[in-house]
Amino acid sequence: MKFTLKVWRQKNAKAKGRFETYKIDGISPDTSFLEMLDILNNNLIVEGKEPVAFDHDCREGICGMCSLYINGRAHGPDDEITTCQLHMRKFKDGDTITIEPWRSAAFPVVKDLVVNRNAFDQILQAGGFISVGGVVPDANTIPIPKKDADESMDAASCIGCGACVATCKNGSAMLFVAARVSSLAKLPQGRAEAARRAQAMVAKMDELGFGACSNTQACEAECPKGVTIAHIARLNREFLFAKLEN
Amino acid sequence: MTSLLFSSIGKKLIISLSGLFLLIFLALHLLLNLTALIGPDHYENVCSFMDTNPLVKVMVPVLALGFIIHILFASYFEFKNWAARPRAMSYAVPTTTKGVSWASKNMFVLGVIVIGFLLMHFCHFWAKMQLQGFLGREEANAYELVVNLFSKWYYCVIYIVWICAIYFHVLHGFWSAFQSIGLSNANWLPRLQLFAKIYAAVIFIGYVSIPVCFLLGWHK
Repeated sequence: MKFTLKVWRQKNAKAKGRFETYKIDGISPDTSFLEMLDILNNNLIVEGKEPVAFDHDCREGICGMCSLYINGRAHGPDDEITTCQLHMRKFKDGDTITIEPWRSAAFPVVKDLVVNRNAFDQILQAGGFISVGGVVPDANTIPIPKKDADESMDAASCIGCGACVATCKNGSAMLFVAARVSSLAKLPQGRAEAARRAQAMVAKMDELGFGACSNTQACEAECPKGVTIAHIARLNREFLFAKLEN
Repeated sequence: MTSLLFSSIGKKLIISLSGLFLLIFLALHLLLNLTALIGPDHYENVCSFMDTNPLVKVMVPVLALGFIIHILFASYFEFKNWAARPRAMSYAVPTTTKGVSWASKNMFVLGVIVIGFLLMHFCHFWAKMQLQGFLGREEANAYELVVNLFSKWYYCVIYIVWICAIYFHVLHGFWSAFQSIGLSNANWLPRLQLFAKIYAAVIFIGYVSIPVCFLLGWHK
């Protein structure tokens, strides 16, 4: 298969970026999207040009490192997958593919297609954890209803890739924050700090320049793990009750 | 409580509560308007009740406050969101995400259209009717005013365009308000979205039926 790639190139965070067009040929339909970019980079290195910088790590869809806005969709033209799980058979031979970095004021571009998602780490540090003291108890000593465990696990499947922020017209991180708050609030171990957690994480989210949620549902449509906006409703509940208790 | 109002979720709470209040007003206003289709006497009776009832006199400033709060908070919310995703950061290829409703992406624009026509509506009806009553002056004949305005086809078109904007605003705003307050979950979300469709449709059909009936001469 052959493709025309329009790739966002930007030297560094301060430089003005632009699209560069590259032709690539001889790509197998079974090549993953990131492998295709590896081949492009190999070609660029052979030609003595700077390779395209992009984020990647596990390439199994679980680490949340890969990003890329491909032809108008976060993680490309398929549902509930990450870019590393996208294969070239999803495109037509001869297609022009436009590849852009995540766009959000809270995710500044570092270089080419790499953005700084440190804002997510800061939100987690604000309260996305359970404070455990002393000996960790055996997990099975506290019975947890199956429904609660399932809901918690659904929310915990968030890999923090940032597709929700990239897709949201407001650059809102509500789905990410909701997934963290929801996964911990549904379990007895996390319940104890639920009120403090919701307030601290939302305050940090607002402080870091993320937009607010206007319920367009774009985030859940593009979430590679299928985290739903039902968790955002729970975050709203947790946050408002915590504020009212104050 | 101050920190609640400064938070993004707190502002959404205010927008949602004021929006739900305005939704109730929209339904009550429709019920009053529909009496115009029954006949001039019924409509005049309702208008005179609205002018003299003490509860209405108390509720008019409350309603105005509801509008002002909804508009101010929603505008601030929108400007903050523009800062989070400035125009310079828009994608070269427009987003092709499936399942995102047109109304949800254009609530601010729809709101501006609704306000624009609302001001016109105030000039045409409220300023000549209820406001004159509150000022102790003689009011214009309400039914004659309705007949006169709705006999003009272009006024009916403008009115229907306005109701279309309200329809789309309500279509998203209804369920979105419950979601923002936290009164939603995986089971209730599709139900709320269905209620939103029904409510918006009732509002649209109800309001549009009035100019259509007057224009076609189907009223009594």
